[in-house]
Amino acid sequence: MSRRLSVFLQGLVIENPLAVIMIGLCSALAVTTSVANGIGMSLAMTFVIVASELIISLFRKLIPESIRMPIFIIVIAAFTTMVDLVMKAYFPELSKAMGVFIPLIVVNCIIMGRVEAFASKEGPLDSTLDALGMGLGYTWVLVGMAVVREILGNGTLLGFPIMPESYQPILFFVLPPGGFLVFALFISLNQILKKKWLESPLGCPDPEGGK
Amino acid sequence: MPVTLKIFIAALLINNIILMRFIGLCPYIGMTTDVKQSIGMGFAVTFVMVMASTVTWSLYYFVLVPLGLEFLQILIFILIIASLVQLVEFYLKKAAPALYMSMGIYLPLITTNCAILAVTFDNITGGYTFIQSIVYSVGVALGFLLAMLLLAGLRRRVRTSAIPAFLRGNPILFVLSSLIAVSFMGFAGLIK
Repeated sequence: MSRRLSVFLQGLVIENPLAVIMIGLCSALAVTTSVANGIGMSLAMTFVIVASELIISLFRKLIPESIRMPIFIIVIAAFTTMVDLVMKAYFPELSKAMGVFIPLIVVNCIIMGRVEAFASKEGPLDSTLDALGMGLGYTWVLVGMAVVREILGNGTLLGFPIMPESYQPILFFVLPPGGFLVFALFISLNQILKKKWLESPLGCPDPEGGK
Repeated sequence: MPVTLKIFIAALLINNIILMRFIGLCPYIGMTTDVKQSIGMGFAVTFVMVMASTVTWSLYYFVLVPLGLEFLQILIFILIIASLVQLVEFYLKKAAPALYMSMGIYLPLITTNCAILAVTFDNITGGYTFIQSIVYSVGVALGFLLAMLLLAGLRRRVRTSAIPAFLRGNPILFVLSSLIAVSFMGFAGLIK
């Protein structure tokens, strides 16, 4: 498998930011009470990570080693502010539902971690692919959790009722404890997927020699 | 019940920052392998949180609002917190080496802790006065410490228990958190 493709696929299952590296969890658990919020958060997050990785990768040779952290933070904060203001202007309801979690993208460890570990060393194309892979890995867990929680906890999907009328919504799943429980099951699912993936012919050899 | 007490209890128990609002989960999962470590982290967070609230609140109302620069809030707050943590680290290293030894190693980790940033935003969106914002940040920080301690204690027991294979490792931590969160929901009726 080509190197580019494997860079992109790493983020999906093997190095899934949420289920394997376990960073950036706050937003994932908090906004997944409805599918619309999950999709909105994933898009915002993917935009910020792709834009930040691209910009930092382009300027990686100009950024002095000793002050790289503050520079990374400023770049990420600038893109987060853009997303925050755009959402407030065009999607006020979504922005209200997610509240503090949009500004909190700025301290989302996934972005800081990838920028530091990947974009500050690799070229712009690879960095963009890595960011897209990470964004997609984040998205599938987030949207998956939101689907489970909204259907079980509210009986709806994207706001449309899909369960039979006799269905009594299990409120537990939209409350905070349900978020923890559904997330536990998703990590478990990802562990199984990861094992299958590494055994299959598609599985790329682990770059760090299989830990 | 006085308003400040209400704010304190709501921040500490009812809207516990970790268990009810899912903010600050990274240290909650990463730093609770050991009870002592979780206490150290908890106190370091308390210290920085109260300081960050004081500074960002004053800055927002005395500088950003008069100049009409509210849209720079995210950028300014994160920079303030990062530099504040650095300053505290330098100062502690020099002035109180003993305290630095017990708390210092956690300080760099706190810069990107979303709990701190979230509290500074809450102070603004909640429209708190200066005193209320300090009370609120103390409440949140102690709630953080409480949740860390609870999980650290439970993790000790988990190490020696029989766990179903599909929950071994990280998933069991979230099942535990779910159960702790259920019990915290019982506090919801505390304030009328």
